[in-house]
Amino acid sequence: MKVPLSWLREYVDLPAVTAHEVADKLTAAGLKLESITSHGHDVKNVVVGHVLEVEELTGFKKPIRHCKVETGEAEPRMIVCGATNFAAGDRVPVVLPGGVLPGGFEVGARKTYGRMSEGMICSERELGLSDDHGGIMVLPPDTPIGADVVELLGLRDDVIELEITPDIGYALSIRGVAREAATAFGVAFRDPADVEVPAGSEPAWPASIADPTACDRFVLREVTGFDPAAASPLWMRTRLSRAGMRPVSLAVDITNYLMLELGQPLHAFDRAKLQGEIVVRRARPGERLETLDHVVRELDPDDILITDQSGPISMAGTMGGLETEISDGSTDIVIEAAHFSATGISRESRRHGLVSEASKRFERGVDRELPLVASWKAVRMLAELGSATIQPGVTHAEVEVTPARIAIPASYPGRVAGTSYAKDTVVARLEQVGCVVVNGDDAAVRKGGVDPTGVVTGGALAARLAVTGDDMITVTPPSWRPDLTDPNDLAEEVIRLEGYENLPSVLPGAPAGAGLTEGQRLRRRAGRALAEGGYVEVLSYPFVSPDDFDRLLLPAEDARRAAVRLANPLSEDEPLMRTTLLPGLLKTLVRNVGRGFPDVALFEAGAVYRPRPNAPEVAPVLGVERRPTPEELASIEAALPEQPVRVAVALAGEFERSGWWGKGRQVSWADAVQAARLVAAEAGVELSISADQHEPWHPGRCAALYVGDTLVGHAGELHPRVVEAYGLPPRTAAMELELTRLEQAMPGPVETPAVSAYPVATQDVALIVPDFTPVADVEAALRDGAGELLESIRLFDVYAGEQVGEGNKSLAYTMRFRAPDRTLTAEETTAARDAAVAMAADRVGAQLRSS
Amino acid sequence: MSDYDPVEVTPLHADEVSRMEADAIAAIKAADSLDALKQARLAHAGDRSPIALANREIGALPPAARAEAGKRVGGARRAINEALAARQAELEAERDARVLVEETVDVTLPWDRRPRGARHPLTTLQERIADAFVAMGYEVAEGPELEGEWFNFDALNIAKDHPARSEHDTFFVGSTESGMVLRTQTSPVQIRALLQRELPVYVISPGKTFRTDELDATHTPVFHQTEGLAVDEGLTMAHLKGTLDRFAEVMFGKGITTRFRPNYFPFTEPSAEMDLKCFVCRGASAVPGNPPCRTCKSEGWIEWGGCGMVNPRVLVACGVDPSRYSGFAFGMGIERTLMFRHNAEDMRDMVEGDVRFTLPFGMEI
Repeated sequence: MKVPLSWLREYVDLPAVTAHEVADKLTAAGLKLESITSHGHDVKNVVVGHVLEVEELTGFKKPIRHCKVETGEAEPRMIVCGATNFAAGDRVPVVLPGGVLPGGFEVGARKTYGRMSEGMICSERELGLSDDHGGIMVLPPDTPIGADVVELLGLRDDVIELEITPDIGYALSIRGVAREAATAFGVAFRDPADVEVPAGSEPAWPASIADPTACDRFVLREVTGFDPAAASPLWMRTRLSRAGMRPVSLAVDITNYLMLELGQPLHAFDRAKLQGEIVVRRARPGERLETLDHVVRELDPDDILITDQSGPISMAGTMGGLETEISDGSTDIVIEAAHFSATGISRESRRHGLVSEASKRFERGVDRELPLVASWKAVRMLAELGSATIQPGVTHAEVEVTPARIAIPASYPGRVAGTSYAKDTVVARLEQVGCVVVNGDDAAVRKGGVDPTGVVTGGALAARLAVTGDDMITVTPPSWRPDLTDPNDLAEEVIRLEGYENLPSVLPGAPAGAGLTEGQRLRRRAGRALAEGGYVEVLSYPFVSPDDFDRLLLPAEDARRAAVRLANPLSEDEPLMRTTLLPGLLKTLVRNVGRGFPDVALFEAGAVYRPRPNAPEVAPVLGVERRPTPEELASIEAALPEQPVRVAVALAGEFERSGWWGKGRQVSWADAVQAARLVAAEAGVELSISADQHEPWHPGRCAALYVGDTLVGHAGELHPRVVEAYGLPPRTAAMELELTRLEQAMPGPVETPAVSAYPVATQDVALIVPDFTPVADVEAALRDGAGELLESIRLFDVYAGEQVGEGNKSLAYTMRFRAPDRTLTAEETTAARDAAVAMAADRVGAQLRSS
Repeated sequence: MSDYDPVEVTPLHADEVSRMEADAIAAIKAADSLDALKQARLAHAGDRSPIALANREIGALPPAARAEAGKRVGGARRAINEALAARQAELEAERDARVLVEETVDVTLPWDRRPRGARHPLTTLQERIADAFVAMGYEVAEGPELEGEWFNFDALNIAKDHPARSEHDTFFVGSTESGMVLRTQTSPVQIRALLQRELPVYVISPGKTFRTDELDATHTPVFHQTEGLAVDEGLTMAHLKGTLDRFAEVMFGKGITTRFRPNYFPFTEPSAEMDLKCFVCRGASAVPGNPPCRTCKSEGWIEWGGCGMVNPRVLVACGVDPSRYSGFAFGMGIERTLMFRHNAEDMRDMVEGDVRFTLPFGMEI
């Protein structure tokens, strides 16, 4: 909402303060300052000139005139001008040499088109008055020559732009802002709606309300003999422009001007184009309307329409119809001022993607008492400024509405604030807002609440919201505050007007909490471990493309292809929610490589979205008057996808860098598996690794990661075709595991190990096994065979070559044995080792390699 | 004394012993390396050294003479051993000094063989905020990112046709009628906390949120918020202020407080916008004539988030009796917090995953 300060001052006796001070006070009251624009403060030396002579210069591409202008100085000025809309004898604004126009544009005397030009004759736009640059601004003939144009035309003004929250529609008007400013400064407020409206008995153009849920007040007034050529006065055009609306024509400008001033949207119909009674109703199937913007709109049965015998003529509170629009020839005008359903207009506006100044106000709530006043002011202005004749009578269709009343203890605002306000203060503040406050509690009041959408609910919800206590007061909010429906709404009014800055600051004593959960701790540790391990965290968008699944080589039946689809994705290319973290991670890796960082290790932890099989397509939207039942809540959960947290890494280039110490080491599948082990270690679980073939990994370099029998993820080198599809560096490796599953597998507290003080006995064994035998199986066999005396086992060499025979490999292990209670004898150690080897021989066919 | 031998034992003469000692000490002193000293030790203190041989002769002396000779020889041997030990220490010290000098390296050489990674500042900032509240007794509450419309809007008193709902540029899941959205705020976690937890409830909920904004320097469709909720008997707006003041102090230092301005949120009533006193200029830059402040744009205050008293309608929707319980809630944008706390100027940096952006933030923020 853009508020010219001069307009505001018309209705509030503001003290001599700057626009900033006004804005600060309004901000403190909840009308937040967006910006302040100053107009005309820099303008200097612009005076009224009288054109004495005009000489047409020839030989230029456009008409150029050299004018002699009397400016009240000793000598007339000679000024070159390119506009042709004025003649000798006209009064015009002239900026003299040394003068300044809006924007700091300095004007001097200079030679142009072969003549001296001492200053400039100005258009409205050049003076910052409007966007009109069609020609020179011609002033009324009685304007005094030499007068200061800044003063004369009110060039100087400040426009405060305020952000108006959606609850306070009344503040989308000079009237509403003025009321707040008056309260903020403690000065008088003159209500622009406070005008004597003549009681008209007979109706004007016939109208009725067919749907009382759509509209509860509908007012029509008529004028005839309007002069369509009458122009809007400059002051009106200036204010409209500065308030952000484009001047159009007098009749339209008047409706806009009053909407800005009062907050009541108005519509002007060309009376000659109306046919029969106007009816406010909902649309019928198949109805259409061509609106002012020349769009033919298919109407929805929920749309609220203004209709006549011909059918729809306007979309209520949103946009008028083209057919009945006033034109440059309209002389007889019907003015409509109505009060429509806020939710109805909100739906209509959203359905048609039509946000207008009118719809913005209606959906935020318009003062129900305004239509009679605003329509009267409109016809009066049409009469005064456009020579129209006001037709007697007014059409006033109405649906009875009971105003909301709210009972609270006088102490309630203080109870909410955590301070105390005297009852007098509470009552005075509520009255400043416009409420009527009476002592006592009408038991019926609390049963009759109104919800913010304007629907009378009463009953259970209002009873649940009721507050009781001593010294009850009953409050009737004013017609312009439909947002005040609940006890807390009243509390807010009192607290904000008493000043949020005066609230005490008291730290409550929360009960002792339990700290982070095990899962929350795990997620932090996992992130930390990966970061310490060389990985940089990224937070990529969770949006993916079906193409990503192709790039990842996912088979047609792969569960990861079943992804949640967004109805309105930001990009049609990426309409799906990720089922794997890899696409985002891989793209980020490519981006880093592209920016000159070939050695990258990245990780991401975040949710994936996995539709549940046979889930309902719709999550019900429950009521809000009570706590939902467990079954109702379950019905929402059933529709939501599973959203487990996963962690993934992707890495390329050197994992250990080359340097003066020698060559570094390229990333390998093993680093990816190790990243999984790092994370698993934070969860206190040991992964069992087995070979797998799982896209997008290299079929020969892919590890499945298990905790017990539960698959938790995969790691390894990516498939070369995936590498190619994403443009990744060769041999890029990746890991992805489901943290949520790991979390479930977390063991309890660690059992303290018994630390034996007896000496260790070490035995090395070398085993020959077939090539394809997984090392993990060999080691598991050795462990199981060695029994309890085994302290640790470590693979220190893998060898394949002639000495071990074709198709075989040799695995060399160091086994360390120790007993908790004695020094092991050589016989004991050897027996344990032999048992280990025997188990390996038994399980995987390992043979002891003779040294 | 059957073994008495009247023959005089020459090596035990005082002169002889002195000479042996002097020879030995001279040899020890002359040893210029540990190896040479080893030779000297063998020659002058070893089993076959003159003094050792002399020692053996003591038994041949008459008993009366033995004590004196023993004393004499023992003294010489002690002196030799002491000289040996001293020289040994000297030579070792020399050797050590020499070797350590030879082993000197350039300790300024780089050693970034395995560079450390880093966590994303948005992650660590969320953790830091959560920790501030955990210290006050709060617990960290979580909820799904893909959320039921009822949780994200209706239960929070954002009615279907209220203009407040259209201010949320919402991603709809499946269709606009599915009742499922990508949560536009972390506030639905308030509802889940109230439905799942026993009262009183004090929770903080950091998390990812979504709105259909195109990515630019100041907008991102995927962003992060942290939301706090306290519902207890007797909670007031003063408690809300006290909590946020404490939080501001924990995050930004002593003397940094908050300021409330009226605002509107459907799920709180009364509602306020929360400003943070600028922790850089402490408000000084707002006074004309003082140097400008980049952090608060010389306004003295930084817009930080929204807050208010939980709208009793929200309590009703969660089955909490508003005549007994009241509560407050607050929330702030994490991207925005990162921007003003660390002078991050472009939101795209937080999204793109460029390692140069993230690495300096390390493990904690």
